[in-house]
Amino acid sequence: MWVKFMPISAENNKPRIWSIRNIFYQSYRLKNRPELIIGLLALCFLSFVVLVPLLQIIKDALTFQSYDLAYEPDGVVGEFTLFHFDRVFNQPISAALFYKPLLNSLKMGFAVTVIALSVGFCLAWLMVRTNVYFKGIFGGMLVIPYMMPSWVMAIAWLSLFKNDRIGGSEGLLTYLTGVQAPDWVAYGFFPIVITLALHYYAYAYLLISGALATVDSELEEAGATSGMNKWKRIRLITMPLLMPAIGSAIVLTFIRILGTFGTPALLGLPVRFFTFSTQIYASINARNQGDAFVLALVLIVLAISFIWINSRIIGVRKSYVTMTGKGFRKSESDLGKMRWPVTVILILFLCVTVALPLILLLWESLTLIPGDYSLSNLTTYFWKGQGDVSLAYGEPGIIHNKGILGALLNSIKLGFAAAIFNGILGLLVGYAVVRGRGDRLSKWLESIAFAPYIFPSIALGAIYIGMFSTSIGPIPALYGTFTILILITVIKNLPFTSRTGIAAILQIHQSLEEAARVQGIGWFRRMLRIIIPLSMSGLVAGMLLTFITAMRELSLIILLISPGNMVLTGLIFSYQEQDMAQHSSAVTLALVLIIITISVIVRVMSRSAGVGRLNVT
Amino acid sequence: MGQILLNGIVKSYGKEVVVKNLDLTVETGEFLTILGPSGCGKTTTLRMIAGLEEPDQGMIKLDDKVVFSRNDGVVVPPEARHLGLIFQSYALWPHMTVAKNITLALKEQKISKSEIADRLKNALEMVQLTGYAERYPSELSGGQQQRVAVARLIALRPKILLMDEPLSNLDAKLRTEMRASLKRLHRDLNATTVYVTHDQIEALTLSDRVIIMNEGRIMQEGSPYDIYHHPANIFVAEFIGDPGINLFDGIIDNGMIKCGEIQIPLPNNFTKNKGSLILGVRPEKIEVSETKKNGWQEVSTGIIQPTGANTIIEVKAGETSITLLQNGFITLPENSKLWINFELDTLSFFDPETQENLRNNVG
Repeated sequence: MWVKFMPISAENNKPRIWSIRNIFYQSYRLKNRPELIIGLLALCFLSFVVLVPLLQIIKDALTFQSYDLAYEPDGVVGEFTLFHFDRVFNQPISAALFYKPLLNSLKMGFAVTVIALSVGFCLAWLMVRTNVYFKGIFGGMLVIPYMMPSWVMAIAWLSLFKNDRIGGSEGLLTYLTGVQAPDWVAYGFFPIVITLALHYYAYAYLLISGALATVDSELEEAGATSGMNKWKRIRLITMPLLMPAIGSAIVLTFIRILGTFGTPALLGLPVRFFTFSTQIYASINARNQGDAFVLALVLIVLAISFIWINSRIIGVRKSYVTMTGKGFRKSESDLGKMRWPVTVILILFLCVTVALPLILLLWESLTLIPGDYSLSNLTTYFWKGQGDVSLAYGEPGIIHNKGILGALLNSIKLGFAAAIFNGILGLLVGYAVVRGRGDRLSKWLESIAFAPYIFPSIALGAIYIGMFSTSIGPIPALYGTFTILILITVIKNLPFTSRTGIAAILQIHQSLEEAARVQGIGWFRRMLRIIIPLSMSGLVAGMLLTFITAMRELSLIILLISPGNMVLTGLIFSYQEQDMAQHSSAVTLALVLIIITISVIVRVMSRSAGVGRLNVT
Repeated sequence: MGQILLNGIVKSYGKEVVVKNLDLTVETGEFLTILGPSGCGKTTTLRMIAGLEEPDQGMIKLDDKVVFSRNDGVVVPPEARHLGLIFQSYALWPHMTVAKNITLALKEQKISKSEIADRLKNALEMVQLTGYAERYPSELSGGQQQRVAVARLIALRPKILLMDEPLSNLDAKLRTEMRASLKRLHRDLNATTVYVTHDQIEALTLSDRVIIMNEGRIMQEGSPYDIYHHPANIFVAEFIGDPGINLFDGIIDNGMIKCGEIQIPLPNNFTKNKGSLILGVRPEKIEVSETKKNGWQEVSTGIIQPTGANTIIEVKAGETSITLLQNGFITLPENSKLWINFELDTLSFFDPETQENLRNNVG
């Protein structure tokens, strides 16, 4: 009876791909491989929310839109045109629209990156490689600026240096000394660079200290035994090992700065200092979406080329991967006489970057008349006042303010929804990528889940305006809804959560699931009883981090918020625009306190879950 | 009628073909071991039977039911194959107690509670872990974890048992113990068993039948006795036996086989009567004498390794090294003189070209 099934050689007798029998067979196979089904679904979904919007704005940028008719009455809506590109690159207006913001953005990006990297590197070296005092406390404190929204420092800067240029109240400096801070100190390039650097150093610090901790001291000792002095060892051994991490830190910091909106808006717009991000915002507000799309595309091209150049120079593909791994034996060099002085400098540094801004915010929020910082002017009105028409347009204090409480609720809802969806999506992507390892699908899925990383936040926001301002098939126009905020936050956080998901699934040995499989337990039950319980701790830590990121996000959603879906960060920005310093300070402080509290919980949880390094995103 | 049938199975990963056109039958109740070095395709074969890997070609039948056929487009997922698999890593779920580990699959099958309790009690008794039901896997020793994995299998009562190097993570002493209990398990469940290992002692001690695989092909198939005494080719001869078989390059000359200093008469009815061959002699099939005997080969001793019950002696006849295995604890000074003699009917002869045994049907 076995004659029927004569041995088949590998070469011939390959079934034709489209034969009915083969289609049946392939669908049987698919049923047998849940990771393929999930992978396909995830790939379709991600293509729709990442690639399609990108193509959409490319198309919009290349065709006439109805709002262009004011400039080009002869244009036919929907027809191919280089009008937008011409306006941005090749017209008298281009200088203001494109070249100046480009130059400003690049200057800003380079300056911030250089300062943040240098500070971050020194701090990382001190913390990992020397015997400076109070390492435990410093380690926690140094990353606080990173947990806060990047523009908190800008608001604090304004309460310190605000001058009479834009009217309204003046800052603490003027109050104490009577001297007006010059414009270049109060607004524009200089304060933007300083405040952003004081935020992003923490990011560089996290990346570099992580890498530094994985450099085995034995490698340097090997150098020492072969006769290298200390500087040679650093130059020839340690630095080359750190290069991938430093390269990633440079590129990722740079991309984030290109896409950041809050600080350049707060400190730049009053003196008409435009960067790419604020110009995109201005173009959208001026209803010149086509310009904004072109600018966003340029931003994306810039980001991609930086990543590409980095990977060329470093020579490590995927050098953006944050280094992880267990610590090796580390040698700490003795600071000797400098031990106390260095410690004191660190304390001062933390005072300026962490304590001072928070104190300024608190003080500002407690002043009755803005600009008067005397003790007699202190009030709790902006925290618990009932609303007095003579003060701040009659806006009540935080705890009685329906607008603020509503925005707080929205922020929490946004954080919660993003965390849940990101958790689920991260788990599924992780599952499909890890279990499908070796398949092309797995690689595609991993790449596309990482793609949002290369979209600067403001550009992604612009893309989503282009995509979701009209209805697509069964999906209604999402512009102005709360759903679009959730969607964009989930997508922007996906690179991080899918990495968490991949790490979590990698920890679960395949045989644990296979054992359930051969015992007849179906896919859904396996997920429920085995995969989810075993990956829970890592996932929850990742979800809490998503929650924080979503709560503090401004650049990403600034183009998409409206009174109907207002969140705390957007509200702070509008208070600041209306020069309501006490309200913006009070709300900012409340937001920072919420975020820090949750961050502490995350740190404790992720430490117990052994995923401490994952908070480097 | 075979319980497990594999027909024309081909499996490759990328360009590398790991299983090449495999045909295999396992009879009902049989204990079959697949033995081979790492990377020979044995674990892949087992996983294909379980359904965890999918062959590129061929068909698989379990219990007279086709569970995979490339040509007929049949793929039955592992969930529906109803067999038992013991993993090398045991694959106990670390977040569940021993009891939950054993009963999870039963609950999913909607078996009644009293029945589940009975099976749990029975399974724990069989592996002597009564009283450990509420422990977590991390609170058990390696051997106990192994027994939980066995108990999980017992409770499911599969007709087919698959074991993937189940003893390789245990230390030597525990391994001997567990070997006996796995054999008992096979007997008690009366299940058709396929056992995969790279350890020849496990293969020889446990199996009704052994299959030796190398580079995705079956090298030999037979009883443990046959595999040891009548290796089909040089690969099997070298793979089985510790210390390994002695192999000598020889030339047939005038009715004699000459291997350097050593000369032996060509056996009767030998098909080959000229050219070269490879001579294989098991170390324990060489007679040794401390006094000169007529016609015996004189050798001088090298390294002597007494292992307790036996002693491995390395000797040299001219330039040719020979390994001997003798009973007892023997100590001899280096360069002592010994006389050795091959037991002619235990010799194997291989073709240097094809590597095949030249008289596999003899003796």
